[in-house]
Amino acid sequence: MSDFLQILIAAVAVGSTYALLALGYTLVYGVLKFINFAHSDVFVLGAWTSFTASMFVTQRMNVDPAHAPWWVGLCVLLAAISVASTVAYCIERFAYRPLRKSPRLNVLITAIGVSLLLQNVGQLTGPAVVRETPTTVTKAAADLTPAERASETTKINGEQAQVQVQGKPLATLPFGSSPRSMPVLLPDAVLNETTAATGVMDGGSRRGMVKLDKPVTLEEGRTYSLQTERLDASGKPTGERETLGVASPAGTYEKGTDIRTQPARNAKDVQGAAYTLTIAPEVPIRLLDVLIVVSALVLMAGLEILVYRTKLGTAMRAISYNVETAQLMGINVNLVISFTFVLGAALAAAAGFLYPMKYPGLNQPAHQIWVLLGLKAFVAAVVGGIGNIRGAVLGGFLIALVEMFGAFYISTKLSDVFVFAILIFVLLVRPSGILGTTVREKV
Amino acid sequence: MALLEVGSVNAFYGAVHALKGVSLAVEKGEILTLIGGNGAGKTTTLRAISGMVRPRNGTVKFDGQDITGTPPNELVGRGLVHVPEGRGIFANLTVAENLELGAYTRHDRAGIAADLERAFELFPRVKERQKQLAGTLSGGEQQMVAIARALLARPKLLLLDEPSLGLAPQLVATIFSIIREINRQGVTILLVEQNANMALKVAHRAVVLEVGQVAMSGNAADLASSDAVKKAYLGH
Ligand SMILES: Nc1ncnc2c1ncn2[C@@H]1O[C@H](COP(=O)(O)OP(=O)(O)OP(=O)(O)O)[C@@H](O)[C@H]1O
Ligand SMILES: [Mg+2]
Repeated sequence: MSDFLQILIAAVAVGSTYALLALGYTLVYGVLKFINFAHSDVFVLGAWTSFTASMFVTQRMNVDPAHAPWWVGLCVLLAAISVASTVAYCIERFAYRPLRKSPRLNVLITAIGVSLLLQNVGQLTGPAVVRETPTTVTKAAADLTPAERASETTKINGEQAQVQVQGKPLATLPFGSSPRSMPVLLPDAVLNETTAATGVMDGGSRRGMVKLDKPVTLEEGRTYSLQTERLDASGKPTGERETLGVASPAGTYEKGTDIRTQPARNAKDVQGAAYTLTIAPEVPIRLLDVLIVVSALVLMAGLEILVYRTKLGTAMRAISYNVETAQLMGINVNLVISFTFVLGAALAAAAGFLYPMKYPGLNQPAHQIWVLLGLKAFVAAVVGGIGNIRGAVLGGFLIALVEMFGAFYISTKLSDVFVFAILIFVLLVRPSGILGTTVREKV
Repeated sequence: MALLEVGSVNAFYGAVHALKGVSLAVEKGEILTLIGGNGAGKTTTLRAISGMVRPRNGTVKFDGQDITGTPPNELVGRGLVHVPEGRGIFANLTVAENLELGAYTRHDRAGIAADLERAFELFPRVKERQKQLAGTLSGGEQQMVAIARALLARPKLLLLDEPSLGLAPQLVATIFSIIREINRQGVTILLVEQNANMALKVAHRAVVLEVGQVAMSGNAADLASSDAVKKAYLGH
């Protein structure tokens, strides 16, 4: 049961990413009736821009990304959305629009070309946006290179010279060809853990042992952890929180006896610190997952309102049905189509920001894994009924559920096969997708 | 000065020479009907006026300004509104949304609401069907929605392409009387019709198009009694 719930939670989190991406495919298909194969690359662009922007912002502010204030995440998200939207606008304007009246196949091939272009340009390693802080090395004045000698940062005192060496690049433009790790900018905590005891730590007798200021009973079959704050040498709280696993067997621990913690900490470090002893839930619900899912749902709700409740949305749906007649209504079709691309890209960029919060390993932009992710989102759009907004959301969650449960209960190796099996099944049973409808014009 | 002046317009579809120097003028306040057989170029003439087809040469002047080749979406706000052949209803939208799109370029809420009421007076049936998907309406109801929607753009000149196409005879009469009523309310109308009989009855003047050229033009009543027109278009 707990496995089931845990997989369900993971599937919902991943499903929200698929859904956000699927919406982009569906929106563009809705107005132009063509599959924008460069869409997944816009998602990758969003993910990598998020990485570069978070490196840049946190370095400029001189904060550890893991402890950055909440609005840093928002700034990074906005940066990703702006970059991805601008690129998507240009793709539509310069690659697709000139082909609007050409055969569908030409546009499709162009989309694949644009996709390859983005993948390959993304791998270029250009100038560094952010570097590690420069270090100073001492060397003999005689060994200085002319460039070092000319540099203002070089200090020469007699025989000795101090040379400033540039730090290693942390992020380059566009993105580079080596994998990176995305800093998690969203707050995280286990939401449903229960507190067993609180108090002040009394140090401990040995490394990895802490003493609690009151008796504590650890029950069989439960997982406990101890949240404390690190103290500095003078015993003042540093604000740096840490979670220590509890490794002691079940039983009652009298006041003054030791509890073993993992990872082992020097008892001195935490002496006098306030602690909370918590019982880990069977199925932890993480704030991070909740934030990812809620953000995605808010965006989807916003999109739904935009498309079904505003004049602009009505114009989008009108174009989707008949471009010429839409023009006769006074709708600037080019403008609305550009807007649709930008909207899809914004959602993809949001997905590109949210997804690495859960899976922080960023592969290089042309990596197979990105292609597969985009493909699954596309499958989600088709399964739900391409061109249908609710269908894309439904498809996104459905694909993630099938993938995750299939991987756990049947075979990890076959998880992608299940996804495509669902596609084939739906196409056979309901070719227009689960929620897809074909509205016929009466004449 | 005429509200609309079309001067020697030539239009092509690839190699097909659809309009061969068509000239006509629509005076303010009148109903001008454009009649002719299949493939004569009636639809193309309307498309050349509303900017859906770019004339190769010739000029289109509307309200004193040259609008040759201006895209249709820029003309709606200026009062030139085109109801296309086959109605151009958005079947995937509700009737209310279709009507809302008619007023797409307008921002005067009060004015739109008033025009909506007036359109409902002309087409009470449309008012009842507002929540329904337009694709589920009957052909006649769709035509009513198309005209009502055009009125919401507050047209100075209304281009109607075969509004009677495929309608039951009784409904045809209703549609034509509504067209006359719209005209009475001050809207100039350029009416394309296959049903020359009815068209010549409601129109003030008429232009006959034959294979991309103007064959005849004049007073609607005069043309209706001319032998050539009787023989070719009125079936007697
Ligand atoms: N999209 C097109 N591509 C090629 N030729 C076209 C196209 N549309 C119209 N034509 C041709 O242009 C000519 C004029 O067509 P148009 O539609 O204007 O005629 P019409 O008078 O409206 O006819 P109908 O009464 O049948 O609607 C015809 O010969 C037609 O075959
Ligand atoms: Mg026609």
